[in-house]
Amino acid sequence: MHSFGYRANALLTFAVTILALMCAMASFSDNFNHPSPSSSVQVLNVNWFQKQPNGNDEVSLTLNISADLQSLFTWNTKQVFVFLAAEYETSKNSLNQISLWDGIIASKEHAKFWTHTSNKYRFIDQGSNLRGKEFNLTLHWHVMPKTGKMFADKLVMSGYRLPKEYR
Amino acid sequence: MEWIRESVDSIKSIQFRQTLSQAVNLGLILTSALIIWKGLICITGSESPVVVVLSESMEPGFQRGDILFLHMSKDPIRAGEIIVFNVDGHDIPIVHRVIKVHERQDTGEVYILTKGDNNHEDDRVLYAQGQHWLQRHHVMGRAVGFLPYVGWMTIIMTEKPVIKYIIIGALGLLVITSKD
Repeated sequence: MHSFGYRANALLTFAVTILALMCAMASFSDNFNHPSPSSSVQVLNVNWFQKQPNGNDEVSLTLNISADLQSLFTWNTKQVFVFLAAEYETSKNSLNQISLWDGIIASKEHAKFWTHTSNKYRFIDQGSNLRGKEFNLTLHWHVMPKTGKMFADKLVMSGYRLPKEYR
Repeated sequence: MEWIRESVDSIKSIQFRQTLSQAVNLGLILTSALIIWKGLICITGSESPVVVVLSESMEPGFQRGDILFLHMSKDPIRAGEIIVFNVDGHDIPIVHRVIKVHERQDTGEVYILTKGDNNHEDDRVLYAQGQHWLQRHHVMGRAVGFLPYVGWMTIIMTEKPVIKYIIIGALGLLVITSKD
């Protein structure tokens, strides 16, 4: 009952249990954070808009994305993964989500940012439905914690429209 | 002469009971671990409720050796979710983020493209020959939570099987030689 083996075993079990409890409490404390992020996106230019040889429409845009995500950070936040997705509906697809740009915010200081960029990932439709198409630009963010549960949310910005003709 | 035979018999019977009760204890420990594992599979709805991150393709968010808790619900798969999927013909699950979603009006079937945060290209090169999209049946679960560093034991045991045998041998030795 008092040998080294028993004592080491008891100590180790206790230590692991306390560690697990601390991780759970750290994760739970994230629920008390009520964030209030804001963002705005302008489509500065439609660089080109073509139908590919395989029949799918593709468009290239230059965007100005600005956002303030500082309120998302807690002491248990490792990084925030943010991405901008174009979302629209076609007759064949009830939902299309195409990620145009993403970034990783590693600390609260970098969470208030703006960027002037063309789309990082190609905006290609399944088919040829993009002419004159109305679409939303939704800023999604995923808060990745140092330990525990991950949170995700989004901000929908609507009212964008693609040109009626190819260019 | 009688008492010699009697004491030999009693010694043999004690040892038999002890070994039997030790074996039953061991069986109980193993089966309760199995019950917990199968219970987790039922609760999370995923065949593999806990996975270890094996590559650096999701850094700096997920490092090698972190473990991820998965959950698979009937909710539709949407862009930004971190999913774990198997490519046809490959056993190793891949943990990447969904960057494109196309959901059909009529069937509700969904076509997904994924990419690791730390990779330059999307995952089309990883998919099977001629496959351009993933579908729901490829997805094993969504990552909902994670614990850092805990998965290193699994990585060490997979990459150096010698250590796995040493640990199992040592545990077996402990069980046999312990007095209760």
